[in-house]
Amino acid sequence: MTRLPFITLALASLLAGAAAQAQDKPSQATIDSYVKATFGKASPEWQARITPDESLAACNLHRNAVPSAEADAIIKRELAKVGFPADGKLLGNWKEGYKVANNGRGGQFSDPPGTVAGGNCFACHQLDPKEVSYGTLGPSLAAYGKDRKYDPDAIKEAYTKIYNSMAVVPCSNMPRFGTNKVLDEQQIKDVLAYLFDPESPVNK
Amino acid sequence: MPNKAAANAAIEETKGLGMKLPILGAAVLAAAMTLAAGHLTAQAPPLDDSEKEIERYRQMLSDPFSNPGFLAVDRGEVLWSEKRGTKSASLEACDLGEGPGKLDGAFAKLPRYFADADRVMDTEQRLLWCMDKLQGLDTKDVLARRFSGPGRASDLEDLTAFIANKSSGMKIEPQLKHAKELEMAAVGEELFYRRGGVMDFSCATCHADEGKRIRLQGLPNLSVPGPAAQATMASWPTYRVSQSALRTMQHRLWDCYRQQRWPVPDYGSDALTALTMFLQKQAAGGEIAVPSIKR
Repeated sequence: MTRLPFITLALASLLAGAAAQAQDKPSQATIDSYVKATFGKASPEWQARITPDESLAACNLHRNAVPSAEADAIIKRELAKVGFPADGKLLGNWKEGYKVANNGRGGQFSDPPGTVAGGNCFACHQLDPKEVSYGTLGPSLAAYGKDRKYDPDAIKEAYTKIYNSMAVVPCSNMPRFGTNKVLDEQQIKDVLAYLFDPESPVNK
Repeated sequence: MPNKAAANAAIEETKGLGMKLPILGAAVLAAAMTLAAGHLTAQAPPLDDSEKEIERYRQMLSDPFSNPGFLAVDRGEVLWSEKRGTKSASLEACDLGEGPGKLDGAFAKLPRYFADADRVMDTEQRLLWCMDKLQGLDTKDVLARRFSGPGRASDLEDLTAFIANKSSGMKIEPQLKHAKELEMAAVGEELFYRRGGVMDFSCATCHADEGKRIRLQGLPNLSVPGPAAQATMASWPTYRVSQSALRTMQHRLWDCYRQQRWPVPDYGSDALTALTMFLQKQAAGGEIAVPSIKR
């Protein structure tokens, strides 16, 4: 007889716990309504930029720690979005590549129309070891080409990574520069030269 | 301005240059970079030197004559009691959560749920509500001046500075009782991790790991509750030396979304309040010292 209320209590607290859990994770519709309240006045073009595609939606759902089946699906999907140069030449001009790597402009609502976007690589990566102002959100890329003996496969993988980081690392923190049209093909080739040209300060 | 201390104070700013970076800003930035570079290459200074420097910084923070942010506090105090609007009323009857006109500690508990509006509001949203309901003030004009600029004062910045200063020395006390407050905090957490924009950036891209930098600028890890979140949230509103202006969390989040390559966030809107609520939750217990001064 005394057990019954105890079990009822235990059940009740379990249910309360479940309710608290439900409160912890709002529905996608609720989250989207907040996004609309704050960004709903932006133009359709800007709206499209914050409407996650299939891969990004999965990254958001799992806070980037996607299950392995999802990871494979992302790599396959994003690899299909990588465009390689028609002539097969992946390396451009390292001096131009430096300018792209050092330019943090573009894509911000404060940018005047027609602003040429940069890759802003230094914000997150060490590149030229002589440059002291570099970020640490990404790994150091100093001596990147030299360390890889300027291997053509490494060049192709780096091109793929810059063009679409998620084609190499699912839910990578790095932007998908080519796929999202932040950088054009020539800019990516120039950045690649900055990483892989033996004359580039990155490899000195 | 004591540039060195200001540079030291810039603990959680990203390196995004101000929209119209004045020469002073560039000089301060250069000082910050020199300092940080010094930290990278030179030997660490003796502990007592650092402590002296921190103490000097603390004194400057609490010295109304060194921190121009206190001018905003003074302007806000005047605005608070000034009769304005079609009702020729002051804001003195405005209820910021602790009761009409009760300012002490009110900021430490914002954002919070307000029954009369049936919604969760932050300081700026509540001020706009009171301006509209109590004063009959044209909030279009107030909103047009939401961020101050050269020759353009912002009532919202000044009033928020005044109100926040009334919680200085108190601890951040997030209000998580009402269902709508809980929803705000939960949605804020989701938004913190939501990626988007041409760069696929979320708040978490820069603020979910320990000891990271963007260029030379240190990034606080706001994904976990504790000292980094406390130090961040307890120091807003702040006087931004690079912008020669007092700024509130509304401006900080607006600028974060700019650097995230997201669209312009609507001022005083729900996603910003949700993020603020989440960040206050991470910062619970942090001792408020505002207005602070930062790069």
